[in-house]
Formats: sequence, C-alpha cells, structure tokens
Amino acid sequence: MSAAAPMRLEDRLPGRSGALLWVIAATGVAIGPHLFNQPVWVVLTTTLALAWRGGVHLGRLPMPPRWILVLLTVLMTGLVLGRYGTLFGRDAGVALLVLMTGLKLLETRTYRDAMLVVFLGYFVIITNFFYSQEIPVALYMLVAVFATTAALVRLNAGEAIQPVRESFGLAGLMLGQAVPVMIILFLLFPRLPGPLWGMPQDSTTGVTGLSDSMSPGSISQLLQSDAPAFRVSFTDDPPVPAQRYWRGPVFAHFDGRTWRAGRETEVDALPQAPDLERVVTYTINLEPHERRWLLALDIPVSVPPDARMIEDHYLVSSRPVRRLVQYTLASRTDLILEPELSEARRRQALNLPARAAPRAQALAQDWRSRHEDDEALIRTALGHFNEEPFFYTLSPPRLERDPVDQFLFEARAGFCEHYASAFVVLMRAAGIPARVVTGYQGGEYNRLGNYLLVRQSDAHAWAEVWLQGRGWVRVDPTAAVSPERIESGIRAALSGDLGAPDFIRRSLDWGIVRLQWALWRDSIDYYWSGWVLAFGPERQGELLERLGLGRLDWRGMITLMVALVGVVVLVFAAIFLWRNRLPVADPLAVVYRHFCRRLARGGLTRAPHEPPMDFARRIARERPELAEPVMAFTREYVALRYGASPDPERFGRLRGLLRRIRV
Amino acid sequence: MKALVPDRRRLREWFITWITRRQLPEGRTLRLHRRCIYILPTRQGYTFALILLVMLLGAINYSNSMAFMLTFLLAALGANAMWHTHRNLLGLRITRRPAQPVFAGQTAQFVYTVENPSRVARRGLLLETLDGAPVPFDVNPRGENQVTLDLPTRRRGVLRPGRLRLHGRYPMGLFRAWSWLYFDESVLVYPKPLPMDQAPPFAGQDEGESRERTDPAGEEFAGVRGYQPGDSPRHLDWKALARTGDLYIKQFGEVSGGQIWLDWDQLPAGDLETRLSMMCHQVLQAQGQGLRFGLRMPGLALEPETGEAHQRRCLEYLACFALPAESCP
Repeated sequence: MSAAAPMRLEDRLPGRSGALLWVIAATGVAIGPHLFNQPVWVVLTTTLALAWRGGVHLGRLPMPPRWILVLLTVLMTGLVLGRYGTLFGRDAGVALLVLMTGLKLLETRTYRDAMLVVFLGYFVIITNFFYSQEIPVALYMLVAVFATTAALVRLNAGEAIQPVRESFGLAGLMLGQAVPVMIILFLLFPRLPGPLWGMPQDSTTGVTGLSDSMSPGSISQLLQSDAPAFRVSFTDDPPVPAQRYWRGPVFAHFDGRTWRAGRETEVDALPQAPDLERVVTYTINLEPHERRWLLALDIPVSVPPDARMIEDHYLVSSRPVRRLVQYTLASRTDLILEPELSEARRRQALNLPARAAPRAQALAQDWRSRHEDDEALIRTALGHFNEEPFFYTLSPPRLERDPVDQFLFEARAGFCEHYASAFVVLMRAAGIPARVVTGYQGGEYNRLGNYLLVRQSDAHAWAEVWLQGRGWVRVDPTAAVSPERIESGIRAALSGDLGAPDFIRRSLDWGIVRLQWALWRDSIDYYWSGWVLAFGPERQGELLERLGLGRLDWRGMITLMVALVGVVVLVFAAIFLWRNRLPVADPLAVVYRHFCRRLARGGLTRAPHEPPMDFARRIARERPELAEPVMAFTREYVALRYGASPDPERFGRLRGLLRRIRV
Repeated sequence: MKALVPDRRRLREWFITWITRRQLPEGRTLRLHRRCIYILPTRQGYTFALILLVMLLGAINYSNSMAFMLTFLLAALGANAMWHTHRNLLGLRITRRPAQPVFAGQTAQFVYTVENPSRVARRGLLLETLDGAPVPFDVNPRGENQVTLDLPTRRRGVLRPGRLRLHGRYPMGLFRAWSWLYFDESVLVYPKPLPMDQAPPFAGQDEGESRERTDPAGEEFAGVRGYQPGDSPRHLDWKALARTGDLYIKQFGEVSGGQIWLDWDQLPAGDLETRLSMMCHQVLQAQGQGLRFGLRMPGLALEPETGEAHQRRCLEYLACFALPAESCP
C-alpha cells in the first residue's frame, strides 16, 4: 500500500462512526472460547493485538510499524510450529488463524482490510465447532455470529452514526430471514460418509471409550468419566437391569499381562435361535469413540449396514466412529452360541503363556482334580471369589510382577477387569475354553426421553466360558463379589466409596431436583446429538424415507433442495414486492372511484363532466333515501380534496362514510 | 495505451446509455423503481463466497453438523444481503433543484433532494457523476437529505452533469446496488470575466437619449431569477412555471445612472474566448455601477436596460455566443 496514492472514498475506513471498535469487539467474542482449546498465549496475543488496534482507533496509540508486524508474524508462526510441529491440521491451523486475525487487525487501515477481518471472524467462529458442538457452545456461537453481523452492518453504514438498535435489529432480521434456507440446505445438502482427506491425528484427543486391549487400569480410567457412551431406545420394554450387558470387543489373546482381540475373521453365519425366544429390537445412538466397534445388547442377531460380525460375536464398523452414529439392531439374550467349537478355536480359547500366573494355574489344576464336571468347577471358582476376602474397589493397589497371581493371592481387591482376567486364566488353566468380553453393563433409564443412557462409567468386563451342549455362556465373576454392581449398577456398588465418579457424589448431595434436571438435560442432549449432530447420510436417508422420498439419489436431493430454496425465495420475493409496492398515486381519487362504482351498480352513473357536488344533488333528487349518506360523503370528499389542510384522520372517516352507502 | 483511455471512457458511456435506453430523462423528480436498480457482487462478496467454500469443505471433511449449519446460515445470510442492498435504494425519490449559473472556472453546484418514504433508514449511499468524486450521504426513515454535487467548469456554455450514479453496498458490503439517474438538467456557464487594462470599461459610444421610465412609480420589470425560499408568491412568474416547471421570481428594480453601449467591435483584438471574457467583465462592471447598458454583438443588439434580468440576458448571450445550437438552448 503506497501512502502517496489518494484513497478512494469507498476504501476509507469509516472513522467517526466507530465501526472498527465493533469489529474488534465481535472478533474478541469469536476468539474467546479458544482459550479452552488453545495455549493461553495464542488467545492472549490476539487479545493484545485487538486492544492495541482499539487504542489506535481512539487515538491513544500509534499504528505499529511494518517491521514489527513482520517480526510478529514470523515469531508467531515459529511458536505455532514449535508447539505443534506443523502448520497444518486442526490445532495448528486454528492457532494460526486466531493469531493472524489479530495481526491483520493491527494493519487494518482500509475498509477492505476491515471487511477481511470480519470474514476471518466468521471463520474463527466455525473453528470452535471442531472442538465442541454442545448446546451451550452453539448458543454462544449464535451470539458471536449476531455480533459479527452487526459489526459488518456498521462497517457498511458509512460515516453516519447508526443507532445500536438499528444495526443489531437489521443483523437479527437478516439472520432470521436466512434460517429457512439454512434448514433446507442442512437437511438436503448431500452428505458424504467419510472425510475428504486424512483426518489429522489431533482430532482424536480427549475422546474416551473402550480400548482395543485390556490391561490392569485400562477400564478404571473410564469409570471416572460421566460422559455418555451411547443411548438406547427400545421398541418394546427394556430388559431388566441384570440383563443389560452391552457387548463390545472380545479378547481371546493373553500375554500374561494384557488381553487383546484376535484376528478379525468374519463370522460364517449369523447366530440363529428357535423362534420362541425373545427378540429385543432397539436403536443405539453411539457417541464417537474413534474405534470401529459398535456396541450391542448381548448377542446381536442382525448386523447394521456397513458393519461386520466378528467370529467372537461382536460388531465392527467399516470405519472408525468419528461422529455420533445411529443403528438399529435385534438381539437375543438367551442363545446357544457356537454349539460346536472347532479344534483351532478351542486351542485358541485355552491358550495361556506357560510362565504366566503359576500359582493360579496350580490352583486351577487342583480344582480340576476334584471336579470332573465343568459346571461344578465354575461354581467352585465363583465360590472362591465369594468366600475368600475379595473386595470390589475402584482404587486397587498397583499390580506389577504377575498381575493375575498378585491379584488372586495378595491384593484380593480390584474391579471387573481384575476379576474377569483372573477368572478366564483360571478357566483356561483348568481346561475350559474361556475369553474376556468388554463392554458396558447397566444404564440409567430416562423416562422423559424414553431411552437408556449408558455412560463411560458403566464400562465393564466379564467372562465367557464354552460348555459342551450350551455353547458360550456368560459368567460374571464380579457378580460373585459385588452382586449390587450388576443388579443396581455401579453407583450402588460404590456408594460411600471415595473413588466414586463426580456424577455420583453430585447426585447424592443435591437430591432429587438435581437428578430431575440431569434427566432433562440429558434428554435435550439426546435429541440434539441424535437429530442435529448425528445428522449424516443415514439420518438424511431416514428423513427422506419418512417423507416418502426414500429412493432419492444425490441428484434428486439437489433438485429437491434447489426447488425448496426456490419456493422460499419466491415467498420472500412476494412479501418483499408487496411491502415495497409503489404507493397509490392519489388515494383520495381511488376512494372516489369506489364511490362512483358503487352508485353505478345502482344505475346512478356520474357523467364525465359532472362535478361531485352536482352529482350528489342529482342523486338526492332521484333517490331521496340515499341523500343523507351520499351528501355526507361528498361534503367530506370535497373538504379533503379542496380544503386547506388534509387531515389523515378525516381520510379514515371518508372511508367510513363510503361504507354507509348501500345501493 | 494512452489513446485507448478516452475510447474506453466513451465505450462505458455508450454502454450505460444503451443499458438505460428505456430510461427517458426525468424532469424534476425521479423515483427509484426496482426495474432501474442494478446489483452485482462486490470484491468482498466474492471473497466471502470463497471463505464459505472453504468452510463447507471443512464441514464435509470433519462431518461436523454445526459447521454445516453455520456455513449454510452464512450462505443464506449472504444471499439475503442482496435483497437488503437492493431495498436500500428502492423507492427513493430524488428531486433536482435548479442549478445557479456560474462563471467558467467556478464550481457548479447541482443540488438534489433525496426523500426516503419508507420506515427503514437508507445508509451508505453515494452519488456521483460518471467521472466525478462520489458524495456520501444517508437518509433517515421518512426523512430527506440534500446532496450537492460539485462540478468544476472549464469552458463557457452549457454544462450537463449527464447520467448520475446513485449506489451503495449497505448493509453487508457483499453486493453493490446502483441506479442511473438521468435528469434533463443543465447549468449555464458564463465566460470567465477578464479585466482589460488597455481600454476603459465604458468605451462604447452614447447613442440617443436616455430612455423614459416605463413605470412612473419607480418600479419597473427587471427580469426573472430563480425562486429562493422566502420570496413572496406575489412575484412568481407563472408563465415561466408553466413553461419550464421551475419556480422563477419576477424582479423589479430602479433605474439609476446613465446609459452606455458595450460594443464587440470596440474590444481589443484577441481570440474569441478572450474577447467574450472581456465583454463579460464589462457587463459585470456596468451592472455593478448601476448603469443602463446595451450590448452590441455581431448579429444582435440588446437595447440598453438595467436590472438583474437584463444582466442575465446579456451573460446568457455571451455564454452561448457562437456555440452550436444543440448544445445551447
């Protein structure tokens, strides 16, 4: 920018109206929430830049010289690079955007610069959604959009000082008028199932969920989290609490410390069961957890599209769950799984590292020598957990050398994953095929929204053993130690425990009102995440199905979208044209014409040369019954037409007089 | 390149004339109808569209519902801005005020009254001639505002502002709406007065006796001038109103001083414009001294008279002297 060239009037930044201060304030509102997403210095530097530019506007500070801006730009880029190791991806990109918005403002001298800052402000607002899409965030961003739009209006209003109400009113009006088109585009814009390019790694940070392996401590992290894992709505009644086992990944490989899933071999045939047995149908809204498995109630007998069932009977989606997904399933809670176990599968389900847990292996062999029958042996094992001093706690002592032996014979305190792991080791050592199942157990029924909420803190691990003639049978060793855990859920099992999650303590302290509010809030969250956040290709298809447009492909959708937008535009155009129609040239003449037409219907036609008063007198002669109203009207008309000061109220009276004339 | 510049300007003028060929010049008042308001995106509008596209790509990539929602909201907002930008001009009533004649070199002022009959304020408006500097203004709801366009004058004759452009990009700056205003208006530019040193101002020879006063009461008709607020309606020139549509005031003045002839042939030699400037100066001098003066030019003689009307007649004659008929009324 050369200072010598005279600036065109239109490029000049309106100074007197203070529009720039509004732009600065709106930008401040937009960057605010990034304080929680970005290092403090990013937001702080930008805030300082905003304050400096504000000071320049008020005449307190000089505009920063160019070399300082260049230096700051290089410095900030370097800091971002140092912090994130890259300039791309979500976090580094947002940091750069926020910083550069501040620096751009520092060199804003013209209208064009200020406009760019406003646009960058809109962009900053949208980046907030890449961190959170919760309702409070959405409401805050709505305020930010409103403020930014009002600042944009002020920036374009010229030098005149615009009333605050006018700019905010216009911004609100324009945003309100934009809502119908927004809804149409949101519902009908064709959605793609996957990302356009690789998802940066940093977007997975902070997402909780079951992990793809189980070692001591991996589930206890989840137990501290109140975050929802998924929500289920049942077609009929939900199963009783003790039956609410939500199946996640199944682990059959053990290395002495960690359990892992085997190869993902797809099951040959879906489990079949006699028709008499109860089928539970339900719909799950699964929160994003960045892994591929889909949770299901006990044994699913159907598979959602885009997913497979693995040999160990759990569901795996074809791509990681990165946003809320919804699927409908049918499950059976009592079913014979794998009545015949192949030799390879049997060997895998008995596999134990030779040197792992020697004391446990000895104990199991001792049981085996006393019990021929597998079921009797299992009862003995469960009895062992029940009768020996085992405790259920979320803060067990650390297990280091051999976690299974140490747990069974020394610590004797732990929670589901310890019990499940130790139990499966004992079973395998005794020659009974067994495996670990992870998932969730329980859930909280929300009567308001009619759905079951399962939180991360409901995470659970249990065992399955294979018995001749009965297939895989669920055995939950935790139930032997703490039956309340299964019957009433984790909150009952842990009541009074200091290791209890936050939510539990809160609900205990605040009582029923608090609980009610929590129900409400979660119901709103449920619909918000189900219908707004999870609105992807599946939901879109479902919506079209409901509207009877199930067979619409993307071309059809675009056509429908354009057509609906066209309808909205036409409606707006009609309203616009009606409200901005040219005013009637002479309203008085229009009223008089109505008067003449009314009389003409009664056979009293005014001659073109006849003055109004003469015409009225003629009517009075010919039709005496009309004399009074016609004379009154004509006198009023003449007074308005030729009188000194036309009074708007008298015009209304004239219309009233016209109505009195009945021919 | 240099040769192309005026051509491009003429091309633009021709294009605008072609676009507005249905728009006949207006007498006094013009109302901005939707058919004569044009609209196109501004540079900022295109930038905004580009930013929306980037936002959309981000929303698709992250499958982020709220990002979709905000992108679509902003897209609809941007499209909506088109209506509001159009509405900012729609229905405005522009009335021209009669322009006062000026001497060449002075600035001619064209004054327009812009009325806003609606309940919505019209902001960020600009009025400009095809190659002049824009004048910013706004109009309050149910209010009016006076806009003055300053046009520099260089030559004597008739100056027409031609087509005016009224435009604005309020409220969002994404679109610019504009309209061509075309008034049948002009201002007369008198020659620039040029004092002559060689000859005394009253070189003309006296001819005949001084004229009798036509009105014994001491008041005689002295011509017309433009109406100004506060003038008595008794002196309105009704015939002129019927003829031109503008208000004029009849003036009456008193006669004083002697009688002279200002003679073209008596002027020192020089080119046409210089001599006209000299003559103009003489007319002003004579009027200033309250003389009864006549004007003798090639092909015309104006009888000696006094008063502003006479001076005006003389100056008008000088302004149009030897100019083609179509450029001079």
